[in-house]
Amino acid sequence: MNTTATLLCDCLQESLSNEQWRWFESRRRLLNTDTSDQALHVTLGMIPRKMGRASISWTPTLEQTALTLCPDTRLSHWSVDTAARALVINDLANSGRHDFANTYANLCRTADLNEQISLYRATSLFEPDDALDTALGEGLRTSIQAVFEAIAHHNPYPQKAFDTHRWNHMVLKALFIDSTLHPIVGLEERSNPELAIILCDYAHERWAAGRAVTAELWRCVGPFATRDEQLADLHRALEDATPGSTQGALLALVNCPHPDALPEPLREKHSRTLADIGREKLTWDSWYKTYV
Amino acid sequence: MFIDPHAHMISRVTDDYQRMAAAGVVAVIEPAFWLGQPRTHVGTYIDYLSSIVGFERFRASQFGIRHYCTIGLNSKEANNEELAEAVMEILPRFALKEGVVAIGEIGYDEQTELEDKYFRLQLELAKEVELPIMIHTPHRDKKRGTSRSMDVCEEHGVDPSMVVVDHNNEETVREVLDRGYWAAFSIYPSTKMGNARMVEILAGYGADRIMVDSACDWGISEPLGVAKTAKLALQRGIPVEHVRKVCYQNALDAYGQSGQMNEDDWLNPPAIDQRSVYEGNSILRGGREPIITDARDKDDLLIS
Repeated sequence: MNTTATLLCDCLQESLSNEQWRWFESRRRLLNTDTSDQALHVTLGMIPRKMGRASISWTPTLEQTALTLCPDTRLSHWSVDTAARALVINDLANSGRHDFANTYANLCRTADLNEQISLYRATSLFEPDDALDTALGEGLRTSIQAVFEAIAHHNPYPQKAFDTHRWNHMVLKALFIDSTLHPIVGLEERSNPELAIILCDYAHERWAAGRAVTAELWRCVGPFATRDEQLADLHRALEDATPGSTQGALLALVNCPHPDALPEPLREKHSRTLADIGREKLTWDSWYKTYV
Repeated sequence: MFIDPHAHMISRVTDDYQRMAAAGVVAVIEPAFWLGQPRTHVGTYIDYLSSIVGFERFRASQFGIRHYCTIGLNSKEANNEELAEAVMEILPRFALKEGVVAIGEIGYDEQTELEDKYFRLQLELAKEVELPIMIHTPHRDKKRGTSRSMDVCEEHGVDPSMVVVDHNNEETVREVLDRGYWAAFSIYPSTKMGNARMVEILAGYGADRIMVDSACDWGISEPLGVAKTAKLALQRGIPVEHVRKVCYQNALDAYGQSGQMNEDDWLNPPAIDQRSVYEGNSILRGGREPIITDARDKDDLLIS
């Protein structure tokens, strides 16, 4: 098991009664030897019945360890059933069974809502695996926000595993289903010129329809806004009345390579906000906490 | 507050959810059934069952309605042996999904040998997974079919308190209640019960172990069957407590035996967090709040 899985296991044990933990251990041992679909389905189905759906209880020490070892995953928000199911799936992934991808896709196909969330969240524990690509593509096509976010939010897997096309569509879809971008791990690192173009087009569609445009998206546009029309979009966002739009646009503009990103009149007009950015009083973190 | 313990919501549009929510429906149970025409491949069956344990729950939650379902091979499709065998193999996997409150709807259609075979196999499955049973009684040769369904349950040692016998009428209700089963009535225009007749039954039999459902589906049917029956019953002098039992409490008591359906699900829904947002109202596509108006349905109250 990798460090995240080991840590999750420790916390889960802390959260369960001895009886519950013994049941869980016995099922994991059984799945080592019994490779039938039935044993797997029954185990996954029984987990919430036997172990409940409470949040995992974290000791301060374990929580600190989690923050250090896997800051992106936010393990402290996992529920007992999600953690237990993820560990079972992770065992399976590490068992070397050649048909894991097939089994995984099959589980996803017949999963109820909470199972879907657990199955997709389990990828937080995985190393990139091309064979899972189809199943995760299906997961991202969901219209159920919580399922989508099990993949997209607080999960290091997409950053490591998705190609640019899938990444860009995940980010765009997050906006479409009224989700948010900030919890996407690697949002800035994986931003790219094509995504910037897609997001500017998206903003224009929203403006044309008279709908609000979240300033979060400018975070992915700023560093790639080399064209005049992209810069014009950022400047338009500066004037947008949507709460947080001016602040978001400025955060994007300070990272924009365009020579006219922040001409003197704009610097003057927004001097206080720019000063806040300069001393890191306004960051994307604080923006997210204030406006989302 | 109402529960509609038999509604094929997969065939209904969002307007129906909206009207049901406005009329006070807090929970629905979606029995696995056919879709108006027989399926011919197990794959379509798998996708159907996945929908009713997954996406349909989400769809309902958008209107603040909690969605549960039953899992089973229905009697019509039990007559396709190749399909039936394949479906029986996948049923155990679905029976353990969250929100599955019974094995059903199962029973007889034409009372063929194959229907009998798969009915019995599913009674055994229900015992194994400790779930209640929802019985679909046949449209044709109803009275004998209903008696036979109960005989077979007893042959298999199933406790009547775990069995809801559905689609009752004036001819079947006495025996079903006398033998200790739950008796459900589908307020379905033309082919099943009308609500004026239903009120007469309530006046005659009281409210113990009786429940009302709409059985709304792809046919001409009425998703407000439960709400309208409640209103009519109150107008015609049925005691409030009786109406509450047949339109809410009895369904909860019967299907709550699954351990998968609790009043808390709608009275104290879990906090909206990362893992359960789909259960709250905040997960709407496009961020649009559902418009649930207070406007009560102005249609004629009678369903006949």
